[in-house]
Amino acid sequence: MNKHLLSINDLSAGDIVRILDVAESFREVGTRVIKKVPALRGRTVVNLFYENSTRTRISFELAAKRLSADVINFTTSGTSVAKGESLKDTALTLQAMGADAIVIRHSSSGAPYTLTRWVRGSVLNAGDGTHEHPTQALLDLYTIRERLGRFGGLRVAICGDVLHSRVARSLSFALVKMGADVTLVGPPTLIPPDAPAWGVQVSFDLDAVLPKLDVCYLLRVQRERQRQQYVPSVREYARLFGLTRERVGLLPEGALIMHPGPMNRGVEIDSDVADLPQAVMEEQVTNGIAIRMSLLYLLLGGGGSEGAGLDD
Amino acid sequence: MGSVRLLDGAEIRRAVTRIAHEILERNKGAQRLVLVGIAARGDDLARRLAAEIERIEGARVPVGVLDITFYRDDIGMRAEAPEVHETRIDFDINGTTVVLVDDVLFSGRTVRAAMDALVDFGRPAAIQLAVLVDRGHRELPIRADFVGKNAPTRRDEDVRVALIETDGEDAVYVEERP
Amino acid sequence: MTERTVFIGARVVDPAAGRDEVTNVLVEGSVVAAVGRDAPTRGASLVECDGLVLAPGLVDLHAHLREPGREDAETVETGSRAAAAGGFTAVAAMANTDPVADSAAVVEEVRSLAARAGLCDVFPVGAITKGLAGEEMAAIGEMAAIGVRLFSDDGRCVPTARVLRNALQYAKAFDAVIAEHCEDPSLAEGGQMHEGYHSSTLGLAGKPAESEEIVVFRDLALARLSGGRLHLQHLSARGSVELLRRAREAGVRVTAEVTPHHLVFVDEDLVTYDTNFKVNPPLRTPEDRDALRAALADGTIDAIATDHAPHAVEDKEAEFDQAPPGTIGLETALAAVLTHLVEPGLLSLSRAIEALSAAPARILGASGHGGPIESGRPANLVVFDPQAEWVVEPPFVSRSRNSAFLGQTLRGKVVHTVLRGASVVVDGKPQR
Repeated sequence: MNKHLLSINDLSAGDIVRILDVAESFREVGTRVIKKVPALRGRTVVNLFYENSTRTRISFELAAKRLSADVINFTTSGTSVAKGESLKDTALTLQAMGADAIVIRHSSSGAPYTLTRWVRGSVLNAGDGTHEHPTQALLDLYTIRERLGRFGGLRVAICGDVLHSRVARSLSFALVKMGADVTLVGPPTLIPPDAPAWGVQVSFDLDAVLPKLDVCYLLRVQRERQRQQYVPSVREYARLFGLTRERVGLLPEGALIMHPGPMNRGVEIDSDVADLPQAVMEEQVTNGIAIRMSLLYLLLGGGGSEGAGLDD
Repeated sequence: MGSVRLLDGAEIRRAVTRIAHEILERNKGAQRLVLVGIAARGDDLARRLAAEIERIEGARVPVGVLDITFYRDDIGMRAEAPEVHETRIDFDINGTTVVLVDDVLFSGRTVRAAMDALVDFGRPAAIQLAVLVDRGHRELPIRADFVGKNAPTRRDEDVRVALIETDGEDAVYVEERP
Repeated sequence: MTERTVFIGARVVDPAAGRDEVTNVLVEGSVVAAVGRDAPTRGASLVECDGLVLAPGLVDLHAHLREPGREDAETVETGSRAAAAGGFTAVAAMANTDPVADSAAVVEEVRSLAARAGLCDVFPVGAITKGLAGEEMAAIGEMAAIGVRLFSDDGRCVPTARVLRNALQYAKAFDAVIAEHCEDPSLAEGGQMHEGYHSSTLGLAGKPAESEEIVVFRDLALARLSGGRLHLQHLSARGSVELLRRAREAGVRVTAEVTPHHLVFVDEDLVTYDTNFKVNPPLRTPEDRDALRAALADGTIDAIATDHAPHAVEDKEAEFDQAPPGTIGLETALAAVLTHLVEPGLLSLSRAIEALSAAPARILGASGHGGPIESGRPANLVVFDPQAEWVVEPPFVSRSRNSAFLGQTLRGKVVHTVLRGASVVVDGKPQR
């Protein structure tokens, strides 16, 4: 595996399988009384979060701590970042502190790539602008594999504001790589015109797609999109593309409902629907920790020289 | 490349039988006894020992498998993070006598890691160690309680254990490293 | 005694004179005195040019010298020096300075700074509208009176047809050229790169090619309506090339330029989010690039212009969407064109030199530049080694180092640059 995880395209299908398999072991660790292993003892993991995201940050923090790593949280409120310190200077400071891995979430697409120019440690993309969110896609794949056991030929719809969604990109790339059948569903203004070149299909009719799905994955729709006039109103969006109580009936038995969170109940998903047993959002969150442990372990567990280390 | 067979299938089976007897003798029966095999192959051996113990004593001894990858002392030293296998210990180890089972005892670091992992699961009354082959060259103060075969080797040799469950045959080879 | 220099045995490529042959050139004082194997050499210093090419000094229709206002990125002096180092003897300096060059005062200031530096002839470009605000015409007549021939709001696009039409028409009185940065702001707004497959996978908002094409169409229509002289700056899209071709055929008075980076790079080059590739207009697809190359070769696009856009290091080192667009280009233009176009046979050397000197000189009205190299005309020359290989890396002569060609190995190095007879660059080194 590469030294960094910036995009799903950094991983081969084999790499992805490995990450999921190792995550299995870490999930087991999570069932023990002592949910900790010494694997990354002495390593320093920095959470560099320019965007507020308590849940993702906590997930990474727990993952690092359960690996016995030291964790530093560098968030933007009231710090030197807010005072206008450049990304470069922040990076050099972290470098000087000896960060082995930097988990970065930033509102600018490509910020993790920029970061790799100034730090020696591993960089893990926790979400950059509208580009990618690879760890989310991986925990989604893990959840799907656990519930449905396969990817090949699996029919998945990703519904909503694909244009502005980093989750949609990572997940589409990952599912296509693993052989699934992906359809993007949403209003034409919110689906990139070049999306078919990703290896996916596009539909503007959710009702037509639902009956033939194994997984219905919903994206968050921001109210801002109405202000920017991508859609006439949020109400119209919800009527045409929201997963309502009525629509859920169109899904086949056993189909999963997924969402990266946080949900806009009543917009892309009705409240009752979010609480159905086939809606697996909570599992997604749980699996997030195991996946992030797996990634930190795989990124930092190597890095020495070929032939070093011991056999027994 | 030189490869010498150290043990054949029959010799392995006899060693397992003898070790099972020794475990029972030393612990005066199977009371409070559990077997934990160190992945990989240690768990296959642990299951064989459990079967022998049941055959000899009529007692069912719990068997668990322990992967020690996350407890190794050389993480980050290799080019790639090492492979991880399953860990499953479905029983309470507090107050038990845990017999750790591994195929080859060499530097002792694997067993050290296994003991670290084990104490995260609980507090055994005692930990004992059973190995199929002890090839010498200890780097830590670790010794086996039960040994199938003592086989002095050179540092530049490899001891390769093949078991039917994983490799399709039962044999132990000593090979020159290429 | 007037100083005399003879350049011996260079391959003289002079498209304005229709010349491409190995011969000698005698420079006496500030003018060319003779061209030919029999040019007298008595009393002259001899410059051996075996294996070198001698051409008219290059002329850049489009550079940002940043002074007044952003002297941290470049000054008229450092920009002139970079130009001379790149073989340019004339540079058009864009008006989007601070304050904007929308009156004679700023134009005079830039001119005197350039004269003091004495490295390159700087032709200040006047703004089309006051403050580049796109509403009221700038003092075009006042600036034309002191010799400004090219007007542009570059950086911005003139927003309304009415304003552009009036400017095109008014400028006719001075035989001036209105140069446009063609970009519809409502379509291009927020865009960081070309809108296409790569922008979709990189998660960056894009500017569709249509944002340029729509304005090219409008501007050509207005040029036809007004009968004025239009110049289309830094074209990037094949649709624009098509519109240009048809307008030419219909007799519209339009000229056009393309940058070296648009002739070399494409949108895929942005996959690493390297801000040196963030330019405006953006780098587009291979098909667009091929259309630009073909148009340059067949003369549909008249000239190559650098759009030299220096930015302070810390500005370009920011996150991709925060970084300002632009690449420097004065020092690499010639080598880039030679390496990527002439060498692979996509452009003849003669056409390349014409696009870099004679054509821009004609559009700019810089009569002393661009050749022909003949007796009595000002000696504005460049001598370069077409084979010399070098790596594009700091230190640059420019004050800035945001080059799209950073790290590339190019072939073609300027050896001498002569400005009205004075050697401003000797053996590749600026002399002041």
